[in-house]
Amino acid sequence: MKRSASASWSSSGRSRAVIPARLQGVDRSLPVWLAAALALLFLMALPLGWLAWVSVSSEGGPTLTHYRRVLADPALQKALWNTLVLAFWVGLASLAVGAPLAWLTARTDVPGKALIRGLVMASFVTPPFLGAFAWVMLAGPNAGALNKLWRSLTGAEEALVNIFSMPGLVFVVTIYTFPYVYIMLANTLALIASDLEEAAAVLGAGRLSVALTVTLPLVLPALVSGFILAVLQAIALFGSPAILALPAGFHTITTQIWSFFHFPPKTEMAAAFSIPLLLATALLLLVQKKLLGRRGYAAVGGKGGQRRTIPLGAWRYPALLACLAVMACAIFLPYGILAKAAFSRAWAQPLTWDNLTLANFSFTFFEYSATQAAILNTLELGVMTACVGAALVTLLAYITQRRLVLGHQVVAFLALAPVVIPGVVLAVALFLAYTRPPLVLYGTLWILFVAYLTKEMPVGYAQSDATFRSIPAELEDAGRILGAGRLRILREITAPLAKSGIIAAWCFIFIGVIRELSASIILFTPSTKVMSVVLFDLKEEGQFGAIAVLGLVMLALTFATVTLVQAVLGRDVLGARE
Amino acid sequence: MSLRRVPMRSIATCAVVLLASLAVASLAFAQSAHLEAAKKEGKVVWYTSLALPSAEKVAKLFEAAYPGIKVEVHRTGSQRILQRVMQELQANIKNVDVVHTSDAGHFVLLKDKKLLAKYTPAGVDGFPAGFKDKDGYYYGLRATVNAIAYNTKALSAAEAPKTWKDLLDPKWKGKLVTAHPGYSGVISTHVLALVHLHGWDYFKQLAQNKLMLVQSAVDPAGVVASGERLVAVNGGDYTFYQTKKKGNPVEIVYPKEGVPLVVSPSAITSFAPHPSAARLFTDFTFTRELQQVMADSEGLYTGHPEVKYPADKPKLSELKLLTAEPEELEKRNEEIRKRFVEFFGA
Repeated sequence: MKRSASASWSSSGRSRAVIPARLQGVDRSLPVWLAAALALLFLMALPLGWLAWVSVSSEGGPTLTHYRRVLADPALQKALWNTLVLAFWVGLASLAVGAPLAWLTARTDVPGKALIRGLVMASFVTPPFLGAFAWVMLAGPNAGALNKLWRSLTGAEEALVNIFSMPGLVFVVTIYTFPYVYIMLANTLALIASDLEEAAAVLGAGRLSVALTVTLPLVLPALVSGFILAVLQAIALFGSPAILALPAGFHTITTQIWSFFHFPPKTEMAAAFSIPLLLATALLLLVQKKLLGRRGYAAVGGKGGQRRTIPLGAWRYPALLACLAVMACAIFLPYGILAKAAFSRAWAQPLTWDNLTLANFSFTFFEYSATQAAILNTLELGVMTACVGAALVTLLAYITQRRLVLGHQVVAFLALAPVVIPGVVLAVALFLAYTRPPLVLYGTLWILFVAYLTKEMPVGYAQSDATFRSIPAELEDAGRILGAGRLRILREITAPLAKSGIIAAWCFIFIGVIRELSASIILFTPSTKVMSVVLFDLKEEGQFGAIAVLGLVMLALTFATVTLVQAVLGRDVLGARE
Repeated sequence: MSLRRVPMRSIATCAVVLLASLAVASLAFAQSAHLEAAKKEGKVVWYTSLALPSAEKVAKLFEAAYPGIKVEVHRTGSQRILQRVMQELQANIKNVDVVHTSDAGHFVLLKDKKLLAKYTPAGVDGFPAGFKDKDGYYYGLRATVNAIAYNTKALSAAEAPKTWKDLLDPKWKGKLVTAHPGYSGVISTHVLALVHLHGWDYFKQLAQNKLMLVQSAVDPAGVVASGERLVAVNGGDYTFYQTKKKGNPVEIVYPKEGVPLVVSPSAITSFAPHPSAARLFTDFTFTRELQQVMADSEGLYTGHPEVKYPADKPKLSELKLLTAEPEELEKRNEEIRKRFVEFFGA
């Protein structure tokens, strides 16, 4: 009541001048807050509330039995341990790969920088489960192409690599996760001026001690932050462990949660096992935020200072080769073997005329009835989530950047909060919330839409935030001084400037949606299958040819979108500027 | 023509013919009414565990025979199908018309929960008892046996394992592949039958050989054909047969101890949104023609007494069959999966 009174009061022009700025904020914030509260309720509070409740509920009232059961079961302890091992090593390995690559492209005169950046980007957008699937064909201990090559070259009995193992899993996850470290570090390195390093050198420090005492401390927050992002990715992955760990006879938390849904379903166990995962990711992000928050180094300020390119001398080409070797693992070999499998009758045989066929294509598109529906569902969801999502994050970012409402920091926090929720956990929560009245969304595309929107919101918000940050408010103020109304300013100044950023946010969300597996695998029904789920179905049946074909379609869709982003942004997706 | 000159017998014949044709006409009328109703429904939703290409083929044949009625095929593993059906019902979604899995226990469960409609497809009278539910809710659409298969490029017939027990030899360590009872009904039936034969200890020992775990009973054939593992310790023999027919280096061994027979039932749900189309489709799948297709191009066994089998496949009567009762499968389903996971790790 009080609010509406103040609103009607403020709308009377007579007293406008004397209303404090704070109250003017109140009337604008009301609808925004209502919308935000509603969105929050449906996207997060309700599902997570159900998750927490189911994890402690039983017929006899609240209980901790489920927690005791999941934590005391040796098999589940092992799954937990496997996830820790996987995440830790993926974090370290991503640092080991991503950091040198970032340094090489940001600070040295390594040739082919644009190419390397493009390939890192390609690895970044490759659906990890497709990569894992391709690596089954490359490094299965017996039929894998690389192992066969190794045996024929050396005459060895033993396989060179066994992809169905923890090291194999770490490897495959790493080659699609290191871009997180790369991005964090490349962006930081691009901001550090060389003067501090030069000063240290002038004062007599050797190259190594410059690197250790000057450069390293400057980039340390970025490194730790990249490490944590990589760990988070590895924890939340479902597809790669399902493809590589299950055949080897071990589970991770995500595959275990998924198998709790097998009949007879143990949703209370799934819920109880989800909560520790959720807490772990929240804790990791908290640590990361603390670390980044402390990054008050004046040197990483941006403007001013020169960045000297370090000459590699004789090491230029070896360095390029090393980069290309990494990219061969992430891109060339997997894409190559997928293409080969798409055109072969038997994927493990050489691609001779006898083995060459288009049957996989005709089967996938014309005989397999799920394909077309799944592609349509995926596109529909992708476009819808991207449109609604882009509009939402643009609005949120505009509000928070221009501080249009009270408590805009809270809005920003909420928009980024879903990043702590692994896809599988989000799916369990949504499943619990929306398979029961009053809102039965399970069985419709809406539940997937809600999942995707929640999951992609942080990425889209971060992109939009950056967009508005780069548009100085002074331009809008200038328009206002010249007498334009708020809407006219939005239309003629802000919108044209923000356009490319909004399109980029749209594309990021779209790419995120078409590759989403970990939430979809729990939320789909047979009539609401999406491409990733169909791929997983085909994988469980061992239909390699059809997987390869559909995988290539998914990659084509992804790269078409990426090309679009690059065209509108005029720079590559990773944000590196020439 | 005078009435008197017509002998009594021909009148009787005429009457019989007339009556008979009336009966046929009314049957045809009933059938066409049935067909009309099915056409009005426009489609039938089929959750099936039949290997994907085979399932799509059945659907295409039906659509060709009955234009205007589409078959929506949802192919996944038997256990996943049960999960789907139950999960959908929990959210009050009524989507599936015809359920077909390879775990006969599922049908005991579904029948107990009153989720099946009583329906006897035309032409199943001659089927053996093992293919028929005594209460008339579900009937065996097809059958397969679990067999061992090996890669002929890597092993000679002499080297290949001959019996289930041969697979326990440590020399096979890292060379075997198994499908999963938590996914496949063919495999859950297999596991129960072998537990009866050799006890759980058999699987405990088998697990020492570090098997590769795949999900579908279709997949071991592909794994062995590619050479990723040399020997499949289970899997539907029809998938091995098809793989071999395509020119892959795969040979099938039917162990002397007996082979687990898997009869895969089909039933219409009690809540089927397209009941007429469901009955039409079910009838179609049990016709001699379609059962013959399954035997010929898919290498499956069927319950139909008139079906002829390819000469290069052993007759069911020549094999020593190990059977598992649907009731027991239903009761021990969870135990089977639990112990398997315990031994094999996932």
